[in-house]
Amino acid sequence: MPKPARIGVVMFPGSNDDRDLARGFALCGAEVEMIWHKDARLPELDGIGIPGGFSYGDYLRCGAMARFSPVMRSVVQLAAMGRPVLGVCNGFQILCESGLLPGALVRNRDLRFVCVDTRVAVEERGLFRGELTPGRELLIPVKHGEGAYVPDAERKPRVAFRYVGGSPNGSTDDIAGIVSDAGNVIGLMPHPEHAVEALLGSTDGGVLLRAFLAACVDARQARR
Amino acid sequence: MKVRVLVSLKPGVLDAQGRAIEHALKDLGYAQVQGVRTGKQIVLDLATDDAEKARALARELCEKLLANPVIEQYEILV
Repeated sequence: MPKPARIGVVMFPGSNDDRDLARGFALCGAEVEMIWHKDARLPELDGIGIPGGFSYGDYLRCGAMARFSPVMRSVVQLAAMGRPVLGVCNGFQILCESGLLPGALVRNRDLRFVCVDTRVAVEERGLFRGELTPGRELLIPVKHGEGAYVPDAERKPRVAFRYVGGSPNGSTDDIAGIVSDAGNVIGLMPHPEHAVEALLGSTDGGVLLRAFLAACVDARQARR
Repeated sequence: MKVRVLVSLKPGVLDAQGRAIEHALKDLGYAQVQGVRTGKQIVLDLATDDAEKARALARELCEKLLANPVIEQYEILV
């Protein structure tokens, strides 16, 4: 058995799903280290999770301020070196603002904060494999006010997840999540860390988290 | 000198707030309202009295942080 993946979960002021994401990763077998947003020097990590919440109060634009925090410079470098990076909700917005993923997220079509279980279908999966098979549908909740995905006219997105039966937020082409061209950076609005226990209605989030951790271990072994 | 920056969503991007305001105005009986777009105003106090330098700096700040070129456009008023 390889050593478990060692994952850093970044905490920004205003993050509120950092503990949930850490717990989700831990339940799926990871060792988790919490990383403060002012830490530019990171410990040795196999992958990084950027959690949901309202980093810097969502001031200016969601994720706009977080992009320039010291930790994000290191995250961008690690992503360029092939380390897997997962962004959930506000984390997805931050990855888009940082340019690690193409496009942007804007206010929901109906101006309402949506908090609802969604069904998403897996399409492209980059380095994240295992049970995350194309066509598989996952039941994962969303909770956001600004989750409508708008593609960048010059960088076509690789769609990782699409809402089944229409988006809850007016997202272009019902896009729920995307993966980078290199396949190691993935971001989505639904919260896999809120779908890891049957008591809470679904364990489908574990499918993505386990696929992410497996990719982290693969990438570590490839470095040796 | 003070420079005003107006940031708004590009024409093709749905401005859900603008649309809601447009509907509200129409509900109030203002049938002449044909469209509403919203945005935000950012007032910068810059350490220069040279209008061209101020404009150039404001443009740099817009490109770097104040606007997201994927979805937003900006206008600089010196």
